[in-house]
This record gives sequence, structure tokens and C-alpha cells, in this order.
Amino acid sequence: MSRERYEMVVGLEVHVQLKTRTKAFCGCSTDFGAPPNVNTCPVCLALPGALPVLNERAVELATRAALGLGCRVNPVSVFARKNYFYPDLPKGYQISQFDQPLATGGSVVIGKNEKGGDVQIGITRLHMEEDAGKSIHDRYPGATAIDLNRAGVPLIEIVSEPDIRTSAGAGAYLRTLKQILQYLDVSDVSMEEGSLRVDANISVRPPGQATLGTKTEVKNMNSFSAVERALEAEFERQCALLDSGGKVEQQTLLWDGARETVRPSRTKEGSHDYRYFPEPDLRPLMVDEKWISDARKNLPELPEARKQRLAQEFGISHVEVEQLTATPALSDYFEAVARASGDGKSAYNWVMGEVLAALRPSGGDIAHFRVRPADLAELLNLVRDGTISHTAGKRVFGQMVETGKQAAQVAADEGLLQVGDEGAIATWVDEVLSEHPEEATRYLAGEKKLQGVLVGFVMKKSKGRADPKRVNQLLSTRGG
Amino acid sequence: MAVTRQDVLHIAELARLGVDNARADELTKELSAILAHMEVLSQIDTAGVPTTAGVGAEGTPLRPDVGERPVMERTLESFAPAMRDGFFIVPRLATHEDPAESGA
Amino acid sequence: MIVENFKNLGASAIASSVRAGDASPSDMIRASFQRAREIGAGPDGLNIFLHSDESASMEEADEMKKRLESSPDVGVLAGVPVAIKDNIASLGLPTTCASRILAGYVSPFEATAITRLRANGALIVAKTNMDEFAMGSSTENSAYGPTRNPHDVRCVPGGSSGGSAAAVAAGITPIALGSETGGSVRQPAAFCGVVGVKPTYGRVSRYGLVAFASSLDQIGVLGRTVEDAALGLETIAGFDKLDSTSSDAKVPIYRLSALGGPAPETRSPDTEAIRLGRSPVPLAPSPGATTLRGVIIGKPKEYFPDSLDASTKDLCERAFDRFRSLGATIRNISLPRSPLAIPVYYILAPAEASSNLARFDGVRYGLRVDPGKGLKAMYEATRSQGFGPEVTRRVLLGTYVLSAGYYDAYYKKAQAVRTLITDDFRSVFASGVHAIFTPTTPTPAFQVGAISDPYEMYLNDIFTVTANLAGVPAMSVPIGRVRRLPVGGQIITAHFDEFTMFRVAYALEAALGAEAHQ
Ligand SMILES: [Mg+2]
Ligand SMILES: [Zn+2]
Repeated sequence: MSRERYEMVVGLEVHVQLKTRTKAFCGCSTDFGAPPNVNTCPVCLALPGALPVLNERAVELATRAALGLGCRVNPVSVFARKNYFYPDLPKGYQISQFDQPLATGGSVVIGKNEKGGDVQIGITRLHMEEDAGKSIHDRYPGATAIDLNRAGVPLIEIVSEPDIRTSAGAGAYLRTLKQILQYLDVSDVSMEEGSLRVDANISVRPPGQATLGTKTEVKNMNSFSAVERALEAEFERQCALLDSGGKVEQQTLLWDGARETVRPSRTKEGSHDYRYFPEPDLRPLMVDEKWISDARKNLPELPEARKQRLAQEFGISHVEVEQLTATPALSDYFEAVARASGDGKSAYNWVMGEVLAALRPSGGDIAHFRVRPADLAELLNLVRDGTISHTAGKRVFGQMVETGKQAAQVAADEGLLQVGDEGAIATWVDEVLSEHPEEATRYLAGEKKLQGVLVGFVMKKSKGRADPKRVNQLLSTRGG
Repeated sequence: MAVTRQDVLHIAELARLGVDNARADELTKELSAILAHMEVLSQIDTAGVPTTAGVGAEGTPLRPDVGERPVMERTLESFAPAMRDGFFIVPRLATHEDPAESGA
Repeated sequence: MIVENFKNLGASAIASSVRAGDASPSDMIRASFQRAREIGAGPDGLNIFLHSDESASMEEADEMKKRLESSPDVGVLAGVPVAIKDNIASLGLPTTCASRILAGYVSPFEATAITRLRANGALIVAKTNMDEFAMGSSTENSAYGPTRNPHDVRCVPGGSSGGSAAAVAAGITPIALGSETGGSVRQPAAFCGVVGVKPTYGRVSRYGLVAFASSLDQIGVLGRTVEDAALGLETIAGFDKLDSTSSDAKVPIYRLSALGGPAPETRSPDTEAIRLGRSPVPLAPSPGATTLRGVIIGKPKEYFPDSLDASTKDLCERAFDRFRSLGATIRNISLPRSPLAIPVYYILAPAEASSNLARFDGVRYGLRVDPGKGLKAMYEATRSQGFGPEVTRRVLLGTYVLSAGYYDAYYKKAQAVRTLITDDFRSVFASGVHAIFTPTTPTPAFQVGAISDPYEMYLNDIFTVTANLAGVPAMSVPIGRVRRLPVGGQIITAHFDEFTMFRVAYALEAALGAEAHQ
């Protein structure tokens, strides 16, 4: 098997759409799903005489992303033109950054190695550029339809070092990157909606060899798992090629998800000569140190920091905290419940249990979940101080989700407030004993193991309101 | 550096300018003749000389992220060679070029 | 009524008589088109206009009349007919850059410069002929035939703003807009015996100017007098948030008529001139203000080669004599790297052009030629049939110097030498020189078809292209004639010091008087 004889060497280029209201160089809306070519103007249509003006917000978000990924933000960066013809590239060039990018030299920790050390993936550079429009090839026979609504939407391109060694590692890098960008709130990072796109550079070499093999570029993957599968396929292809004495040729390959294979794209190599040169319609981008340090101060809490804090503040395990911090929205919700109820453990149980279960059918977003953290915390308190039983609590929660009512309200309406008073419980116990004569006689005859069954009958009869402790005591005295 | 016919055909391809063989030969001569006059620059010592980046030392101005657009006094249909259902229509790519190339 | 002697009326004169109600805007439009007919500006004559619409202009004039009635103060250009080079986007009239690839294209938006002209009461009467995409020095590279020189129809008007220069020289409009990349306003101004101004790079918004070489392009003004050119520039100059390369430097008043003396608003405090440790030369208090006392004018030896046309040289010497008699000091200077300007320019300008013209691909607007063999074939047919030979040549040249393996040897090298050429100007102005005077062109206008070799044609820009590379302001003023053909003298000043440039131009114009056209 190739695994032993060859090592996979992978670097990833990730394009991420920034969350701005308007495009990178014009005031057109970045809204997703408007009718074709509605969000266009002279600038993004590349009409003769139109000129670009840079969106301040795009610079802020790109800078925040760079700092969040541990990059150095360069006080002076330069936009450059990447020249190529394509019908959804209106100007015939993409405004990007080339030899002087916005940021360089960051890194991402994707996990621990066997010795318990961090597995770190270096980030070579992060630069700003603009998105292209959309070419639709399958809508009209013999024609391609062009929609320029996306043309000019601000992107950052994040280029990793060739530090990735396995397809799983690539997946881990992408999931970590996505999580960090979510916490930084710079993008929707949705591969489905195309706000995050991945190209892979992959080569193979015998383990221990220092020099890199010839790399190929794999494009057209539409999910993280597709990236992993494409890397596996291309790894096997390259290994087989070398085993059969062949040579890997530098080329661009397209992932074919249906066939689970990569196929060469038909653009001839060498026809790629992008003729980069500094964009003369824009001056150099200058971000002063003060502005950068302010941006650094105002960085949102990153996933790692959040995990550390939640773990020790609420005394929950690392496995649990991993689950809770999957998305910023989930961990925000948890933290609010835990803080308001003062009970991290049950907050964890309820959020990961009832809350996610309630969201699942609708696929709803926890940030807009009907039961607000404060309401859930109130319910948790009612359960903890015994005002209602745990079983009743779940029913109350169900009602809160349906009606949006407060916990105490629901409990009262449903008559679920727990009853501890001897008289009421005694009545229920007597009723149960007379309604189940057989169990009763056997129990009273000393068959202690039947006590649980009888408690169950009482709880049922009391619609969960009876305090189980008292019921047990009472039964024991009778049985005793 | 004299321009070769291959150079001319290559850059004509890059620039999407169809040139027939006859024109290619003329252009090879013309461009070589023009570039010969540029050789003088190779003798100039420009070690450590910064390249010109526009007049003035200021950085590029930034616009607020608000949706004000220059008004379009005419519709796309008024100047588009071919439109359908609001799309610009172009001939299908003969050999299907790398679609990822359109993904910026 | 037909306005008497319209062809000799200055813009300010027209505006004041319109504002005073002595003549109506439509009188001016009628007079302008009347003059165009009598001089034979049409395609079979001088071929000055590419697009004009008299009835539409008359309607605009009537609206202007209404505006006047509501508020007599509609601006310094009230009712003044203005012609616009066809590479400046306008509403109403087409914008074709004299190219087949934009035949019939009407822009859905308007250039900032035109918006500012209209806001000040100007009436746009025509889009003028030019070299295709401003690539040329004779207006022979127009897809719609060459423009002829009003002073001698056998000769070219210069270019690429030949139509605008001819319109002003022929008295059809007192002011016209042109554009510069390497001398395309100053050279035709010299050939046609009018005043032509290329402002500091960034002084006028490029928004709506169809890009040729973005780092060099500037909209310029042509006028029959220094006063009209100053008026035109004042109107269009100033920061524009739609052009990231436009400067927010304060725009001083350039018109002598509007100046009492060295008032504070006649300075631009944050100008390059001041960064160089000099403030603009204050205007002498006297209303005539033609004295140049204390002004140092540089005479760069590189611009007076032995090869220079003898009579052009003589007319420049006469100009220097006038400067002396006005109290100026002439200082011999050197701009040693100027001789490198043509090679640098013909690397950088085509490089930027090859990218700027990529948008003309037949997809969204303009010409589309579709042989039915797929997208690439459509691109190639559209572009090879849409662009003329000179545009094709320069796009290929630019593609070549940017392509892999040649970038450093050509483009990068040229950018570095460009810096050296700019440094020459900075150090000369830093040394106390207020203005530089040179011939605008090596020779007067040549005959249509006389120059066929591309590089020989490029040499027409040899004295003008340096100002574009350095970004400094420069203008051409008439300094006399050689065999009926006008000759221009060039005044160059420091970045954003158009004020001093105009002051020297006013003085020379007044001192030469009628000699300027003899
Ligand atoms: Mg990219
Ligand atoms: Zn837009």
C-alpha cells in the first residue's frame, strides 16, 4: 500500500467571502440570490471610464482575519492586476494582491500529535482580492449565461504552507480555519453558498526526503469531505504513477465528485501567464500601526481561549467543551444559560440534550431559538430547587418551545408544581395499593424489589408531581 | 531581445487578438524594431531605485461600506450585445475551460 | 440672432453676455453650429466631430434659459458651448474613443469633469475626433478618418486630442476637453495654435475618462486664450471620491481676471510646491499683472538639441527674450534622464493599455463578432476586427513587456527609470527654479500620411511625455508661426503648482501679443 512508501504533502488555498454590505470596489449590494445582474453598476460591469474605490469595511474584516490567524499585517500592501480573459471577469483582470500582500506568516493549530504536542499548519500569506461573477453553462443550449451580481464581492485568499500530511489533516485544518473565521465573524464561511472555496496543491515523496515532489493543483471540490476524498484519489494517482516509473506533471486537475476521480482541466498550462502588475487605479493600501493594534485589542475571543475559559469556569470536561464550542452561537447560548443558572453541568446536559433535539427537526439556528437562555435557566432553577421534578421539567420545556411561555407559568398552568405534603402522597399511595392488590400483597409480604414498581405507579398517578423521596419513605414504612 | 514569431503568436493568444500568419510576420518585425529602442534602458543603473507608485505619498482612500451607487441612466439591454432573462449571453466555451478559473 | 464674431469670443465673454441676457444660450448653440458649417467641420471637411446633435443641443440651451430665469447665477460657463474628446463618457452623445469596437456605444453615466462643466452652465455640443483610444499623435488613427488642421488642411492637427484642438482653433467652441497620456493635449494645441493644459496627475478626476494608461492619463483643457484654459481647469479640477488617484489638494483660482492680488485663496497650502519648500509665486498686485520679476525660468539643454527645427528654436529664443524683458531670470538647467522618457513611456503606457483594453471583449457592450466557433473565437474576432492597427500593436507590445520572463527587463526597469526622470524635475524645482520652458514639439504640424514608421511617430511626444511620467503640470502656448503653421512653447512647473504655470503663461501671452500668431 502506498501509505508506507510515500508521504502526502499538501498546501491549501482558501478563498473566503467577507461579510460586507457592499462590494469591494463599488457600492453594489453583496446580497445573495438577487435576480441576475441586478446588483451591478458601471464599476463592477467594467464600463469604459469607471474606477474602483476600496471598501473600508473589507479592509477591517481582512485585517481582523489576518490577526486572528496570527499573521503579521503589513502597514503597506499593494493591489495588483491578475490578467486573464473569462466572461465572468468583466475587466479582463482581477484586482488582487501579489508581491506585497496584506498579511504574512500566521499559523493554525489543528490538534495534538502522539507526543501530545501541537500539530501546527503554517499560513504563508493572506491577501485581499475581488470575486468573479458566475458563468452558468447548463442553462441554455450552446450558450453560457453570465451573472455579475457576485463580481467584485470582497474575498480574502488564505494560502497555507505545505505542512499538511494527510487528507484527514486537510479536513482538520479546514474545520479549524472555518471555526476561527466564524468566531472572528468575518464571513458566513459556507461552502454550500460558495462563501468559502478550497483549492489544493498536492505532491508526494518518500518519507524522510527533504525536497518536494512535483505538485498538481486540485480544484472544484464542494465540501470538506470532497477535499479529503479528492486528496486521497490524487495521492493514489501520483503514487501509482511513480510506482510505474512515470513522472508527475505539473497541472490543474478537477475533482469529479460523481465519479470520485480527478480529471485534468483542459486549459493548457502556460496559457496561464497572468501578467501581474501594480493596479494603477488604486494607491497602495496603508494601515497604520495604531489602527492595527486597535484591531488586535478588539479581536473577538477565539475558539481555543473560549474552550479554556468555559472548561474551568463551569467545570465541564474537555470533550463536553469541544461539543459546546462547535459554533460561537452554541457556546454563547450555553454560556448564558450556565451563567444565569449557576449550574454548568445541567446547562450542558439541557443544551446538548433538549435544546439541540428541539432545534433538530426545524434545523433552526440556536441564535434565534424561541427559548432564550434566561428562560431555560429559570426552568433549570425550578428543577434544581425541587419546585418541579426532572420529568415534569422536560414537559415544561416542551411547552415553552411550543408556546414561548415562561417556565413557572407553564408549570402552574399544567399543575406540575411538585407536591411534598404527606397527606396527598399518602392518598396516592393508598389508592395505588388498592388498585394493584397483587403487587401490594406481595410487597407487604416483604418482596422489597417491588417498591420501585409501586413508586412508578404513584409517580404516574400524580402526573410526576409527587416527590419520589417521600413516596419511597412512605412505602417503606408501610412495607416495614 | 528580438521578438520571435512564436512570441507574437503567444502574446496574441494571451491578448485574445487573432492575428493571421502574414500579420504575425509584420508584427514580429515592428515589435522587434520598437523594442530595439528600449534596449538603452538596460544600461541605466537602477539599483535601489524605488518604482513610481503614483503622485503623492498618501494611501488609497477608503469608502464607507454603504450602498450608494452612481445612477445608471440606461439599462443593460440598451448596450448589451446579447441578453436573456437578465443574463449576459456568450457562446459556450468551445473546449470547456477550467471552470475553477472563474472562481477567482 | 446670430452672435457677431462668435469665433473670436472668449468663454468668459460668452458667459457674461448670456448671464446679462444680451444673448441667449440658444444663440450661442446656433452660432457654434453655424461656425462649424461655415468652416466645414464635417466628415468630408476637417472631420472634427464624431457625434453632435444640434436639435438636442438646442433643447439643452432652452433648459439653460429657464435655469437662467430662475437663477441668473448658473455658473462661470453659462451658455458656453464646449466640445468633448470622444474618450470622455457623456450622457446623450455616444462615447466611442474613435474605435469600431465602441461604435454606437452610449454611456449610462457621465464623467465627473463633464458633470462639473454642466453644473457651471456649459453646454456640450459635440464629441470630437481622436486617435483610437488616444493612441497616436496625429488623429490619423481614428476609425472614422483623420481630422485636418484648420490652418492647413494638408496637415494633421496633432493628436490624440486633434478634434478638440481643431474645434477650438476653428472657433467652433472657445473651450474643449482633451486627454493626455504622453502629450495628447499639448502637442495638438501647439499644432493648432491654441492653449493646451495638462494638469498635475490627480488634479482632475479621471472618473469617466476611458482608460489608456491609468498612471499617466489626465483630462486636459484646450482654449484659445490662457484665460479660457484657466477657466476650464478651475471648473473641472478638484478631489472626486469616485477616483482613488484624484488629489484633495486645494484648487486655487487660476484666472487673472478673478484675482486682485496674492490673496490667500490663490494658494494651495498642501501642494507639492510647498512640500518642496517653496510657495507658489505670488501674483503681482497690479491688475495687468504681467510682470515676472523674481521668477526663475529654467532652460533644459536636453530639450534644445541640435536636431531641433531651426525656426522652432528661434521662436523659443524670442520667448526667452520676452521673459527677460518681463524681469524673469533664465537659468540653464539639465534634466539628464529626459532622453530616456520615450523608451520608458512606450513600455509603461502599452503595458497598462494591454490590461485596460481587456474589457473590450464583446461580452457586455460594444462590438461583438461571433464566427460561431465558441467563446475564444468570439473574443479574437471581436478584438481583432474592433481594434485598429496601432491599438493592436500597442496591446501586443504591452502584453509582451508584462509577460513571464520579460517583466523585470522591461516593465520593472521602466518604472525605476520613471522615478529617476521624476527626481530630475523635483531637484530642479527644489533648486529654486519656478518654471521650465521648452518647445512643445520638435517640429510644426506635418502632412497627413507623412509619418508611417511607428517609432518616428512616437518621437513627436519627446518633449511632452516627461511631464506625464513625472506627473507635473505642463501647458503649451502659441509662440509664433513657421510658414503659416503654429508653433507652441511649453511651460512646466512643480506638482500642483498650476498657479505659477498660468502666471508665466499669462505673461508670455501678453508680451507676445499678436506675435504669438505670426
Ligand atoms: Mg485568488
Ligand atoms: Zn457595482
